[in-house]
Order: sequence, then structure tokens, then C-alpha cells
Amino acid sequence: MKVIKIDKKDWAGGLGKLSDAYRLFGPVKDKDVSDFKELAAGELPDFDFLNTNLSAKSAVFPQNEVMFEYSLDESQEDHHIMKEPEKDYSPRAVIGIRPCDAAAFLLVKRNFDTPEYKDPYWIRAYEASTFVGLACNDPGKTCFCTTAGCGPFHEDGLDVLIADAGDHFLAKAITEKGEALLQAAGWGAEADGGQIETMKKAAEAKISSTVSTDSLKDKVTTELYDASFWEDTAFACLNCGTCTYVCPTCWCFDIQDENYGKAGIRMRNWDSCMYPLFTIHGSGHNPRGTKTQRVRQRFMHKLKYYVDKYGAGIQCVGCGRCVRLCPVNIDIREVCEFMNSYDPAATTCKAA
Amino acid sequence: MLGYTDKIKEISERLLKEGKVDMVIGFKKGTMPMMNEPCVIKKAEDAGKLVWDSNCGINLANYLTDRKEKIGIIAKGCDSRNIATHIVENKIRRDQLVIIGVPCKGMIDRHKIASMSETEILSVTDAGDEIIVKAEDSEKTLKKAEVLQKNCAVCTHRNPVIYDELVADLVEEQKDADRYADVREIEAMSAEEKWKYFDDLLAPCIRCYACRNACPLCYCPTCFVDESRPQWVGKSTDPMDTRTFHFLRAYHCAGRCTDCGSCERACPAGINIRVLTKKLEKDCFESYGWEAGLTTEDRPPLDTYKLNDPEDFIK
Repeated sequence: MKVIKIDKKDWAGGLGKLSDAYRLFGPVKDKDVSDFKELAAGELPDFDFLNTNLSAKSAVFPQNEVMFEYSLDESQEDHHIMKEPEKDYSPRAVIGIRPCDAAAFLLVKRNFDTPEYKDPYWIRAYEASTFVGLACNDPGKTCFCTTAGCGPFHEDGLDVLIADAGDHFLAKAITEKGEALLQAAGWGAEADGGQIETMKKAAEAKISSTVSTDSLKDKVTTELYDASFWEDTAFACLNCGTCTYVCPTCWCFDIQDENYGKAGIRMRNWDSCMYPLFTIHGSGHNPRGTKTQRVRQRFMHKLKYYVDKYGAGIQCVGCGRCVRLCPVNIDIREVCEFMNSYDPAATTCKAA
Repeated sequence: MLGYTDKIKEISERLLKEGKVDMVIGFKKGTMPMMNEPCVIKKAEDAGKLVWDSNCGINLANYLTDRKEKIGIIAKGCDSRNIATHIVENKIRRDQLVIIGVPCKGMIDRHKIASMSETEILSVTDAGDEIIVKAEDSEKTLKKAEVLQKNCAVCTHRNPVIYDELVADLVEEQKDADRYADVREIEAMSAEEKWKYFDDLLAPCIRCYACRNACPLCYCPTCFVDESRPQWVGKSTDPMDTRTFHFLRAYHCAGRCTDCGSCERACPAGINIRVLTKKLEKDCFESYGWEAGLTTEDRPPLDTYKLNDPEDFIK
């Protein structure tokens, strides 16, 4: 696919044209914190960020989403009937998503779009989206994407990859959707693709943080489950849901009905395996009743169950958000190392 | 606070070796600048992992709740006040504890220091009254007093109020701190301004509950926001539900909050959530002359009654 040069003076104009055909989402700053929002008319995405606090998953999978509406007013003919509200699935473009967040959608897709089960909300929003990625020229110290199946210039999951080359952007169309977006913006000056390759190599060389995941698939699940390190690993954990909420690959949700007088909605909200309520049974029994069990679940899911179930690597793209934002510094890179190098024989007392 | 680490290691090692405690709760060095990780040390030979510097802002009293072991715990002023509160509220027994007191000179504000740097911070080191911040292409020396956590800047109980061991001589308490300037500013606002202020304050909240879970006071077996039979509060980020959570949580802390700042430090969205509990702390101080956790003898004002209470606030 071709590479287009976009002069920065043509950037705002192009986005303006795009806003006729797409709803635009991008990173914007509020009190020093970058997050993805739908851009107001004329608002430009702010590219001055390492990565957003929350991932871009909300562009497809919002924290709170109305699934149905209903009325409890028995004088209405359609009372107590769940009805799907009108939703806007017109084309949307997510501008400035980091390659890790785009790759994360492909991981999440394995859950929301399967032959047996298709999540209509996620799929419709995902299919309506064109992802315009912003390559990372200067990855952070907590970015370990290159060993988590991703990279600062990774293209999987993106429709366009944009690289900031000083006074201009280089935009590589990756899919037809991406090509259509570049055309709609009126950006068409072809450029040499070689420069992107050079920038990619330079960026990858800057990644200083890594994880080893090669042995995870060969570990015996029950042995890892019973490993002695979980208690110490979980000690500091507050059981807040920060790691799961900021994670681009955490997909769990809870369904709730909320009534306002006689009107009601059925909605789904992000949920977190860090919360006791996540697993509590109707009987009151909680199979994951302790903090250590919940911490173990999070890491086992990402680094073992997912690995075994899909055979496609870990459920992590190395964005580093959970490392940066954990209030007590629980670090997935350390836990991954514990798991990957775990040797049950070394922790068992030998018979005298 | 240079040199505290050695003394903490020494005391912890001794307590574990002599079998006086089953474990020591303290901090180990984190993997990120300005982050230390709360940890538990169970063997004397592991005491070397313990550290102390200006990044030990998480309140360790939080890790004591309902524990049964004999525990050594590192406690700066605010931690010790929350330990006292825990003892009064029967969440731990005094005779289970060996409190290793740390005369504190304040913790640094990691959100503030991060926002002062153009590039990513590589390391932050204590150097007495100064803090050395190294970033990709710069090295800055900051006055610690100027980058303290907001609660530490106005703290008047830096020394532990109860302790069995001390890691250093007691420090001089701050006398001229204006403890409630921020609260007065909000009190002076009109109702509309207050509404807007709180709306802005809470807008970034993602309902992750890091503030609640970092708080040593929030030990309810089931928090009111987690009750499901019946459910009291909505689960979404609807502003009304978010406000309900924060305001009600703050009220549950009235007369018990020591202004340790753990809630604010833990918040991933950088919300100055302390202003809510701070207002209640001010009210308790002004109405009852009460500061939480200074003694294990008295119960907090909203947790007790007196037969001769004039009750003249009831109109």
C-alpha cells in the first residue's frame, strides 16, 4: 500500500473534510490527562502524549452502554418490552490511536466476534471504525510492546499508520478502509515509504523494557495456579479496578437495569475481576473470595488461560498502562517473569 | 530521611530473628520512579529488601485490617494515627503490633512532579531537603518543601503518635501550616460555584475505587456501592451515582480521617479527592476539637454520645 506525505499545514483542513464523512475521535487533554473523546467540530486531536490514561477501547466498547430501553408504565401498550435504542453506527475514525491499542482490538475480537457468539454492539461499532494510528517515535520506559506481539510502528489492526516526521506526517494506507479515509481527507501526495522503515527501526531500538513469554504455554496450569509467589505478589494489591479499566485488552462487563420512575434502561458497564462482586453467587458464596485469588485470576487469564485457549500469544500488547497507573506498583512485567520462569521443583522441599 | 532505611532493616531483622513478630509490613523499592511497593517480610534474611524515602505515601495501616498474626509495621505519623483508629475500631489489637515509628518529613507529590517534566522521568532521588529529578535530557534539583503532597505540606503530626521502636529522633512538627486554606476557598463559593466545582472535580472519575481501597478506614465487608440485594447506587459513571459514591464515602470517614492523602495519591485520574474528607476533618476539628487517631483511649465524635449532650444543634 502506498505512503502519503501530509504537510502539517494541510492537517487541520484534511480533518475538517473528514468530519463531513466520519465522526472523529481522538486524544484530547484535560488537566494534563490525555484520553480519547469524540472531537467537537474543529477540534484537533492533541498528539502531545506518550499514551492516553485510558486506552482507546472505549471508542468501540464504552464504559457504559445502553443495550435496551423499556417502560414500566402499564398504561403503555409496549410496557415491559425491551427495545433497542437508536444508535449511531455511522462511519467513525479514531485518529491518533497508538499501534498497541489498535492491536488490542484484534485480541478482544477473539472474544466478541466468534463463530458461536457475536456481540452485536461491539461488532457494529468496530466495523464502523477506521483506525488511524500514530506511530510511537519515542516509546516510554514502561512500553514493552515489542516482546508482547506488538511494536511502536505495528500495523495489525490499523487502517492507516501515521508517523510524525517533523514538518509533515507520513501516512501509510494499510487497508482499503484506510485508503478511502486518506482520499476523503484530500491527502494524496505520494512519498517514499523507506523513511517509515528507518523511523520504525529507530523507534524499536528505543524500547528498553521486555517480557519473556516463551515458556508460558508449557507450564502446567494447576502448578502455576498453586505457585507460592501469588501471595506475595498480591500483598500490596488494593483490589481497585484501575489495571483492568485502563487495559486495552480487558473486556469484562456487567449488565444492569436502571429505572428512573417508570422508564428504564438495560445497560452494560465495564466490570473488573479485581472486585469481589464480580464472582459472588446468588447463594452468597464467592468462589474468588480473597484478594490473592483475584490477582491470580487477572494474571492467569492474560498470561496463561488466553495463551492456552487461543494459541496466539498473551492477552497483553505491552502498552504499560497498568504498570504506570497501579497505585501500589504491581508490575505485570515482574509477574510475567515469575510465571514464565516458574519451576515447581525449586520451591518444593526435598525429602531428607 | 536519609539513613532511615538502614535502621528500618536493622530493627526488622532483629524483630524477625528474635521471633517478636511473624512479619514486618513495610515498603520495597518499586519498579517505577516515585513508586515504592507495600510488602510483607517474613524472614529475617529478607529484611534487606525494605526501603524508606519520600515515596512511601501509601498508608500501611490499610494492610493490618483483621490480621491475626503478630506484626511489625513501619509507621509514619499518619499511618500511626490510622493504626490507633484501627485499634479503637477493633480492626487490630495493640498487643499484636510492634510499631516501628518513622518521624516523617513528608512524601512527595508524584502527580505534580510528573507534570513538571516535559519528558518522561527516569529517576527521582531523595537528597535531604532536596529532590533530584532525572529525565531523558535533563536533571533538576527541586526543593522538597515545594513538591510535597498537599496533605504533607500542612501536616501537623509528622511524628508517630504511638510506637514501640523509633528509626530516628523525632522531627520538629510544623507549627505555622494553614491547614484549611483549600477548604475555606470552597466554603466561600456560592451554591452554583460549588456545584460546578464538584462537577469538574469528579468528571474524570472512572469508578475504579482506588481511593476507597487505598483508605485504611474503608474496611466494610461490603461497601454500600457494592451492595446488590438491594442495590443502592448505580454502577455507571453517571454523575449522580459518582457524586453519591464520593460524598457518602467521605461522610463515612468523618471524624476518622487522618488526612493521610492515600486516596489522592492512589487516584489514577489525578482527582484531588482529599478536599471532601478534608472539609469533614475541618468540621470535626472546629466543632469538637477532634483530630483522629491521636489516642487509643477515645472514640471518634460521631461514634459516641454523652448523656449530658446539650443537643442544641437540634432546632
